[in-house]
Formats: sequence, C-alpha cells, structure tokens
Amino acid sequence: MFAATDRNRTNDRIQRRYRNVFLGMTLLLVLPVLIILGLLVVRGGPVLTAEFLFEFPKSGMTAGGIFPAFLGTIILVTMGLVFSVPLGIAAAIYLSEYAPDNWLTRSINLAIINLAGVPSIVHALFGVGAFVIFFGFGTSILAASLTLAIMALPVVIVATRESLQAVPHAFREACWAMGATRWQTIRRVVLPNSVSGILTGVILEVSRTAGETAPIMFTGAAFFVPFLPQTIFDKTMALSLHLFVISTQVPGVPEDFPYGVALLLIIIVLSMNALSIGFRTWLRGRKKW
Amino acid sequence: MTTSKDDSVDPLTDTQEIAVRTEKLSLWYGSFQALYDVDFAVRRGLITSLIGPSGCGKSTLLRCVNRINERLGYVRTEGKVEVLDTDVYASGIELTQLRRHVGMVFQRPNPLPLSIRENILFAHQLHEPGSEALPKADRDAIVEKALREVLLWDTVKDRLDRSATGLSLEEQQKLCIARLLPVKPKVILMDEPCSALDPKATAAVEDLIWQLRGEYTILLVTHNMAQARRASDECAFMLMGRMVEHGPTDRLFVTPEDTRTADYIEGKYG
Repeated sequence: MFAATDRNRTNDRIQRRYRNVFLGMTLLLVLPVLIILGLLVVRGGPVLTAEFLFEFPKSGMTAGGIFPAFLGTIILVTMGLVFSVPLGIAAAIYLSEYAPDNWLTRSINLAIINLAGVPSIVHALFGVGAFVIFFGFGTSILAASLTLAIMALPVVIVATRESLQAVPHAFREACWAMGATRWQTIRRVVLPNSVSGILTGVILEVSRTAGETAPIMFTGAAFFVPFLPQTIFDKTMALSLHLFVISTQVPGVPEDFPYGVALLLIIIVLSMNALSIGFRTWLRGRKKW
Repeated sequence: MTTSKDDSVDPLTDTQEIAVRTEKLSLWYGSFQALYDVDFAVRRGLITSLIGPSGCGKSTLLRCVNRINERLGYVRTEGKVEVLDTDVYASGIELTQLRRHVGMVFQRPNPLPLSIRENILFAHQLHEPGSEALPKADRDAIVEKALREVLLWDTVKDRLDRSATGLSLEEQQKLCIARLLPVKPKVILMDEPCSALDPKATAAVEDLIWQLRGEYTILLVTHNMAQARRASDECAFMLMGRMVEHGPTDRLFVTPEDTRTADYIEGKYG
C-alpha cells in the first residue's frame, strides 16, 4: 500500500538532480575563496617575517619591508572608525527612534541607501574636493581618513539602524506607557539591548575599508614615503596602494612580495572581524532577552 | 444606542466620583473612523470592563485615556477625555505626567529586559526626583511592597536580580502590573491582560485585578465575556466604534436593554 510508484521514483530523481545543482553552485562559491586563500598562504606566508613587517622598503621597494604601509593602513582605518562611528550611530538613532514617518525621512533613507552604492572613486573625488582643497587639509592622513569615513557612513547607519530595529517594539511601548521620554527609553532600554549588534556591525563594515585604494590614493596615501608620519597632516603609505604599486608600477620586485602584502591585508580585516565577533559573544552573554 | 448616554450618566447621581469621562469622543486612523461620539464615564475605584467584537474600538477607546494612540502619527481625535476632571487633550498637559498617573497593562506581558528589581523601580526612577540616590533599604522596601501587592513577592523574592523575561507569562503579567504601583497611578488601563495566558494564569491575574479594586480605578478591555462578567463591577458594550450600552455588570448580562447587546451576549455574533 505504501510502496513507491514510478511517479514517486521520477520525483525523487528530479529532486536529487536539483539538490546536486544547488550543491554544485555552493561549492563553486567556496572554491575560489579557498584557492585564493591557499595561494596567498603558500606564497605569501614565508614572506611575512618580522623584518618584512617592521622594516622600511629598500632599494626602490624591491627589498626590505612594508612597515610604513602596515602602520599607515592601521592609522587610516582607526581614524576612519573614529570619524564615522559617532556620526553614523547618532544619525541612525535619529532615523530609527525619533524621525516621523514622512517624505523627508523616507528621502533621507533613500539617499543613504544610494550613498552606499556610490563607487569608491567618486568618494575619492569628493574627498579631494572637500577635504584636500576646500578645507585645506592637503593630501594627508586626515583627508584620507575622512574620505574613508564618508564612504563607511551609509553602511554604519544601516547596520546601526537594523540593530535598533531588532529591539522589540513592545519594550518601547512599555516605557512610553510608563511616562518615559524617548531619550530615557533609548538610554535605558533600546541602546543596552542593541549595542552588541551595533558595534559588531559597525566594526565589520568599517574594517572593509582597509582594502580600499581609490579613496585614499588621491587624498593622503603616497607611493613611497621614506619616514613615518609625524602628524595627521602628513602623507602616509598604505597596504592597499602599496600592493598596487609593487604589483604593477615597480620593476624588479620579488614575485612573492605582493602575496605577502595581500595576505597581511586579509589578516588585518579578518582579525578585526574576529575581534568584533568575540566582542559580540561577550556582550550577548549579558543580554537579558 | 439611545440607552448608552443615560446609562453612562446615571452613575453621576451616586456618590461615586467619576475617574475617566469621555464626551463626544471621535477618533480617526487616517480616513477610517474608529470611534463615533463616544460618551462614557468610568467610576472611581471600580473595575469597568469594555466588551465588544474585534475591531469595535474598545482598545482604541482605552488608548485614548493615556494618549498612547498618538504615537501613530496619523491619528486624529475630536471631543473630550477627562481624567479626574482634567481634560487630557488640553494644551499644557504633560504626557509623561499623564502616563505616570494612568498606567497601562498590555495584552502580551512586556517586562523590560532588565532585572525584576529594575523593572519595579523603573517608573519610580523616571518620576520621583532623587530616586536613584535612595538608600538601598528604601528601594528594597518599594520593590517588596509592589511585589506583595501583586502576590508575587513569595515566588520571586530570592531572584530579584534575575532577568524579568525569564519569568512565566503569568508572573510577567503580574510584574507588569506591579511596576506601575510605586508611582501610585490613579487609573490602570488593561488591554486584554489575560489573552496571552492559560486558564490557570488567567484566574490568578483576575484575582489580582479584583484585589486592586478600590485603591485603583481599573478599565479592562476584554473579548472574554465570562471574564467581564466575573471580574468587573460595570460593563460597557461597544459596537462599530459606538458605545451601545453601559451599566452594572450583573444587570447588563442578565437584562440588557439594547437588543444588540443581548445578541452579542448570547453569542449571535462576535
């Protein structure tokens, strides 16, 4: 009575076929990542010695290390975070908790989404116009990190807003019904319950700017600087630009050098991600719902 | 329809004061009119239940009393709502003060994601100056008093610093009532407070509501007619945004004056 019919067997065959197609697609996605990572580790791994990390480039960048670029990237990303995070979080709190649902708010939200889609070279040109020329910062760490911050802003806002929206509305209603102001509600209930999501989302998004080249190459990153930056008005080297330079612009660079730089860049981004995930796990442990 | 006004005005002749009164209250959600000229009076210290089929406007009416409806930007209200003889829609009304004196209990228990102790002290800290600086003993006394009033003290006294969201639904709902008490509200609005609870928990919360009677004026929205009958002094029946009939619960359920009330009570619709 419950034996399989021909029809069942056909259905089974078809469903297995689809399953295999989808599985294949998934593997196809993972494969390039594994190949790239493997190649980088195999060829770049041996390059990443203490000398390579902490020495200046020598002989027209064909020897020595990458310390100024390594340090430059860390500085740029950190400053980008410092500029974009407070601004982005404040804007997201306004949009999520205060802004009335009207055409103005909707157009601001639309603008933010569109801003996230602006190509990075356009941000670079904006950075040149605004920070380098108009504000007179010159090509400097300040101008470059501000440009990175502008680029990161929309994703910071979106990540923050999503974390805020994830806090159940019932909590807000409960507070309001007890006579709490919006700020008291945000301060006592909404923020404590969204801070983990906000911070991890923000770190995750901003760490990606470590790999950006276009926004910094016109605003503050240099081909080669023979000394470490002393102030935020100095130029700096950066890993992403350095990678571009030694792979395409300078003859005679040892073949494995670019692999080493690329691996380091990935390690920086991944360790920031790991840090933020660890941070989230720690904060989650203290969450009460 | 004709009886509603007379019934709601009648109690005025008694010695009981009126805690909440609406006059010609109409309300629109956008272009949809949810309330039509509602005249209604809630007597002080009693439990008044609001019954009627889904969408009849009973929750909307309730939410006019603490003006929580206004959080939705597209709400328009006309007419008058008075709480203890003060027009709450008049200019110069401070919403946070109104909501301090008119507490609200929601359909789904919504304790804040804080500890039990912090939940009880939350409203107190919002409204009482210097509350944060109170000696621990005083704060503990506030917590104990509120929890005792809702018959929760003995169950939770050993875990006051645990998260309130870990309590059972019944305990959560009692906590949601308890957290209103430290600021001594005059009126407590309850929006189907038992509909998320099982029968046993419902009975427990009903008992509690009955205990609070006298000290607080309670306005209770329910779609459970048995509950209205068991747990209220007065009962009002609403239909399609209009107040149909309002009177003592015993009388309304036994000899309703309006045929629509009678049909609803008999279960012919709703």
